[in-house]
Amino acid sequence: MAEEKSPSGFRYIGTKRRTKEDPRFVTGRGHYAADIALPGMKHIALVASPHPSARIVSINTKPALAVPGVLYVLTGEEFQGGTDALYVGVDAPKVTRYALARGIVRYAGEWVAAVVADTRAIAEDAAELVEVEYESLPYVIDPEAALAPDAHLVHKAHGSNVLYHRKFVWGPVEEAFAKADHKLAFRATWGRSSTVPIETFGVAAQWDAGTGLLDIWASIQMPKFPDQAARALKLPGNAVRVHFDVDVGGSYGLKRGIKHTVLVGFLAKRLGVPVRLIEDRLENMRGGDMHGPDRFFDMQVAFDRDGTIRALKIRAVDDVGAYAGRSPLQLGKPVGAICGPYQIRAIEYEPTSVMTNKTPQEAVRGFGQAPTNFALERAMDRVARYLKMDRIELRRKNLIRKDQFPYLIPSGTSYDSGDYHAVLDKALAAIDYPALERERDEARKAGRLAGIGISTCLEPSGGNTSFEILFNPKNETTTWMDSCLVRVDLSGSITGLMNTSSSGQGHETLVSTVIGEVLERDPAAIRVIHADSLSALPSNSPVGSRMAIMLGGAAAGAARKIKDTLVAIAAHNFECSPQDLEYRDGNVNVKGVPSKVLTWDQLVEIAHRKYHQMPPGIEPGLQAKFVWEVPTGPTVPTPDGRVQMYPCYSFETHIVYVEIDPDTGKPSLKRYVCGHDCGVMINPDIVHGMTYGGIAHGIGASLYEKFAYTEDGQLASGTFMDYLIPSAMEVPDIHIVDHCTPSPLTTFGQKGSGEAGYLGAPAAIANAVNDALDPLGVSIDTLPMSHLALWERISSAAKKSA
Amino acid sequence: MSEKLYSISVEVNGVARSAHVPARLSLVDWLRDDLRLTGTHVGCEHGICGACSIMLDGEPVRSCLMYAVQADGHRVTTVEGLANPDGSMSVLQDSFCKCHAMQCGYCTPGMLIAAKGLLEANRHPSDTEIRAAIGGNLCRCTGYQQIVDAIHDAARRMASGAK
Ligand code: FES
Ligand code: FES
Repeated sequence: MAEEKSPSGFRYIGTKRRTKEDPRFVTGRGHYAADIALPGMKHIALVASPHPSARIVSINTKPALAVPGVLYVLTGEEFQGGTDALYVGVDAPKVTRYALARGIVRYAGEWVAAVVADTRAIAEDAAELVEVEYESLPYVIDPEAALAPDAHLVHKAHGSNVLYHRKFVWGPVEEAFAKADHKLAFRATWGRSSTVPIETFGVAAQWDAGTGLLDIWASIQMPKFPDQAARALKLPGNAVRVHFDVDVGGSYGLKRGIKHTVLVGFLAKRLGVPVRLIEDRLENMRGGDMHGPDRFFDMQVAFDRDGTIRALKIRAVDDVGAYAGRSPLQLGKPVGAICGPYQIRAIEYEPTSVMTNKTPQEAVRGFGQAPTNFALERAMDRVARYLKMDRIELRRKNLIRKDQFPYLIPSGTSYDSGDYHAVLDKALAAIDYPALERERDEARKAGRLAGIGISTCLEPSGGNTSFEILFNPKNETTTWMDSCLVRVDLSGSITGLMNTSSSGQGHETLVSTVIGEVLERDPAAIRVIHADSLSALPSNSPVGSRMAIMLGGAAAGAARKIKDTLVAIAAHNFECSPQDLEYRDGNVNVKGVPSKVLTWDQLVEIAHRKYHQMPPGIEPGLQAKFVWEVPTGPTVPTPDGRVQMYPCYSFETHIVYVEIDPDTGKPSLKRYVCGHDCGVMINPDIVHGMTYGGIAHGIGASLYEKFAYTEDGQLASGTFMDYLIPSAMEVPDIHIVDHCTPSPLTTFGQKGSGEAGYLGAPAAIANAVNDALDPLGVSIDTLPMSHLALWERISSAAKKSA
Repeated sequence: MSEKLYSISVEVNGVARSAHVPARLSLVDWLRDDLRLTGTHVGCEHGICGACSIMLDGEPVRSCLMYAVQADGHRVTTVEGLANPDGSMSVLQDSFCKCHAMQCGYCTPGMLIAAKGLLEANRHPSDTEIRAAIGGNLCRCTGYQQIVDAIHDAARRMASGAK
């Protein structure tokens, strides 16, 4: 296909180009964790607790061990004796977590024993024969009940079910509430859902007693993963080698199977054979510890009659389940965009992280921002409705203006750039808003339930880790770097080395495009490889919409060093100053004298073989590394909790039209436009793809997906028959409208986009559904807005009017 | 192991394969673990996600819901068998790359099988027909848009004779 020239004057960046990764996927040559087959490899099946809370009285492994082909049965007793507890993000040292429970189980599905056998089938047979005697204990499933003073304690030693609580006050909140013309209050609830990748988590490990090295292959997306695995296994960091060249079958923040990995690593070392664990679907949904935010917001808004929002009070309670991990920090990241894209000058934010006897949470796309955006956008619509003001006008009035950037919000974060009004206008034009309103009104006249929803939301990007130090001053992490190594070999071919795994973000395309751009060489010929953790430079993995910014910045930095070296070699050989030279397509010539040139091949040859032609002080060979810190860096918070969270802020506006079948409560999304500004796009197809996917995921979170629990603490949606992921029939045609406000902080003006779509879709869909319900005089602020929930609202309205 | 084994003969991607398999071995496990055709993926093992889709005698089916013994005497095509005879990518595979109809690639083999099944039965599918045809295949990455675009693209190219 013909390549188009980038509108922004770049050679490769921003052009429509094929990705590096796709060919291996369409030919069935991806290399996923479940494809790893090591010679002599054994397989694990897990024994899980059927109780939400119980004491383990005894475990009898003998019947399982008697099954032919069974090698070993590991229990929590031995495992916890041989490993250290997993890392916890907040300051809660007594909330210890291991892959296998010992003594007490704290949720239904928690792993109690692991059976190792020749095949997975034998391991599963034997797992059923492990006899565990339990004594039930009290449990708590509801987060509000868990906050009560007499609640059952999930971790007795911790002394409370509260993992984290703080009230932040930024700006004159009480004064604003006292002076405002109006106030309103409501509760918005985000249901327990997650990213639920189609690939479950998988990990294989092999211990080499000769070298004392543990090799790990995993479908992982996790910062500090090798380090945390080594620590928990009580091994030095250089005794664990994580292979990052494993394709990860979807993650969206979630695939952090650290507990799985420590279990498998322990068994591989203990038994001296390679061991693999691939979760089945139920294990993934129930015991994989990969649920997402489960949160309600008590929102209070102070506003004037002209629509100016003066202040917000936000109380957020998040049910993280039975153990901590990093999940409480998902209440911390939204601090960096706590007022959304609006000029709101005073904010009170009171996050509470509470434990219950449910499956633990893991990081989910947006790290807590999507629920926050949903609550903010419901507040905007409720204010508009209260004032009988147009929702778009209300937003226009409160949106930060283009000329106000960089814009400092009350919680201490500076937004880099944006033109929110322009993006909103573009999206309205793209959907032909007046026509859409007519369509809705006609549908209503014809007796149908029809509504339009709008959201205007931020996507913080460039992920640093400021929420860690904000929520846990003992954790002084103030760097969150990423790196790249660029190498030009003797044949003149270029290789870029990245230092983490990928789960569909197209990092190989990103790195090759950026290196190609800087060195003016064809990206298609640039190879990008994933290092293993022992040959890698520092990386913090693709979290927080950071790779275009961080890996892109690092690749550009390394490529520039190569370019500088090539120019220095030419300057030395032409006996002139580098300023007298120009670099073109990899060749270097004297300015104005195209014939006085050293070609790419000649320069490479000098660097690799002709030391006598090298300038003094320059290393032979041709490679350069670059370690990049997050622009603006993570900073230390002020005593009142103001901090620079992520550096870059992408913006998205969603406009969606929904009709709801009044007889069944079934919603259908009829039209969908998303206006999106993530600065300069490195590869538009990749950005658009992630945005479409994020919207589909947001459709799921708002209408279908829920890890529902029964009152007696059992997960009621552990399969794809009851945890409903939207198919192509539920996801409508989506039209994306691009806008580009470059970031002043990044190499090419790029911002992040990995969480795009998901951060604004649930908010817009909730607003659309409420617009549709509005004529009936009912509303809904609880996600997911299932058919049943909508049908109940509709029939309650019918009853009222009858 | 004392499990009883059954002998099967299956044509897989044009090659005759025979094996002795236990009755409970699923077709997908046989393809992936025994034949090492790891292009076919497993997402749910209960027939919902479609990641394990293969062609059985030219029709898309879920290989997690079939036993290997049930494939005896049949013809199986997996993603590894979708390329042209000379090893180059088929139009459908190429359109998927052209339109970037994937991200992580995990659902992709199943999507290609569903799309192939559609295009063999319907050379000019509408948007709705495409969505219905891939409606039983879950993708968590793409939101389906670029997959729909790719299938349209392939249909157009195949209609004008491309292979
Ligand atoms: S693995 Fe067969 S349908 Fe999901
Ligand atoms: S491309 Fe990742 S699930 Fe479809």
